[in-house]
Amino acid sequence: MVNAATERARAIAGAVPDPEMPMLTLADLGVLRDVEVDDNGAVTAVLTPTYSGCPAIAEMRGEVDRRLREAGYGEVTIRTRLDPAWTTDWITPEGRAALAEHGIAPPRPVARGAASGPVPLVLSPTRPALCCPRCGSTDTEQTSAFAATACKALWRCRACLEPFEYVKEI
Amino acid sequence: MSEDHVYMTLVEEHGGDGARWAFGTGFEDPLYGIDTTVPTGVDTAQLAACCLALGDDALVLAQRLAQWCTCAPELEIEVGLANLGLDLLGQARMLYTRAGQVDGSGRGEDSYAYFRDPAEFRNVLLAELPNGDFAFSIARLLILSSWRLALFAQLAESPDPVLAAIAAKGVKELTYHREFAAEWALRLGDGTDESHGRMQAGLDETAEHLAELLMRGGDFGLDATSVRANVEAVLRQVADTAGLTLRLPTANTAPATACGRDGEHTDHLAPLLAELQSEARADPEASW
Repeated sequence: MVNAATERARAIAGAVPDPEMPMLTLADLGVLRDVEVDDNGAVTAVLTPTYSGCPAIAEMRGEVDRRLREAGYGEVTIRTRLDPAWTTDWITPEGRAALAEHGIAPPRPVARGAASGPVPLVLSPTRPALCCPRCGSTDTEQTSAFAATACKALWRCRACLEPFEYVKEI
Repeated sequence: MSEDHVYMTLVEEHGGDGARWAFGTGFEDPLYGIDTTVPTGVDTAQLAACCLALGDDALVLAQRLAQWCTCAPELEIEVGLANLGLDLLGQARMLYTRAGQVDGSGRGEDSYAYFRDPAEFRNVLLAELPNGDFAFSIARLLILSSWRLALFAQLAESPDPVLAAIAAKGVKELTYHREFAAEWALRLGDGTDESHGRMQAGLDETAEHLAELLMRGGDFGLDATSVRANVEAVLRQVADTAGLTLRLPTANTAPATACGRDGEHTDHLAPLLAELQSEARADPEASW
């Protein structure tokens, strides 16, 4: 059973914005896996990193720690959980809506078994095209496999001609 | 944010911490807050050697990929290669940290990356060769990401839960790396006469280094036969689609004359490490 103290700590930690996509909270992103307050008031928060090389994880850890301490928790422990690995499927519906609102196309559901199957070798789109977050057209194409951060790709819409970013499913 | 200027905002937000000079610095232990116990029955010497070798492959290739910055054929490719390198660097950091936890030395990631000489590195030779033509770099990336993916798929079942988790994470990243390289191999191989010729030449240059990857028997207790079958199937698929000729090692292929896994390297590794390590060695007390 989740007690009120845990609920409060979870809300505080979950509200920390992602350092690279600040329209998302850590709760939206799905990296905050667990928050617990024990009987002595000590809080433990568990984070799962997004990418192996993502420099934002240290930033997230520091900010969760700082906000919990500011909220009066004297003893704060941040743990990292690598297993199961983070997936974009953990981004919440609220998070997806926030991305779209900021002109970033949210990730599609992750295709299972991609690592063991054949390499997709068709240079034209093989999966349903992305919806342009500005005009909603599906007449879109990828222009770069990476964008301003490793977790995004760059696309453009052929209908409204605007470029947009897209959070790649992983 | 109280400042319009992004950097000034960061400075303000981190004003209490004078050691920080840019976003993303002040790194700590990449396995911070993880249960680092090694389960009983795990061969720690083999586990440490495995983490070290795979960490070295990743660090050295990440450095080569970073060297494409400012000189890749297109800006988008430059960003792409740098980001693939970032994934590998992240893998290397966790693997080095794990190596230090299990080899009894207690060394941290920097100690492995910056304070070992070339003969102490265990990366495969293909990773350390100069970037050469873009087509060679693509051929190498295709081969190394396919091979590493096959290794990681097995290591995701490792009895060591930390290595298993690092590998399971890496599988997702490497799948994307392989796809990126395969698309370029296809684009160049099935492109113009010029691009086809250069892609074929790039692939040919890798041929003498495939034996080191595919013909050595089960390093670290892995199933080498399965790794080889898996990698060869992927490379054949890409080569066939791209109209390229693949020269895979056979039982008659001469064994590799030098082996990075044994600490034998080409003359190309020392200058790469000198560049990578110069700052840390000039000022061993520096932090970043």
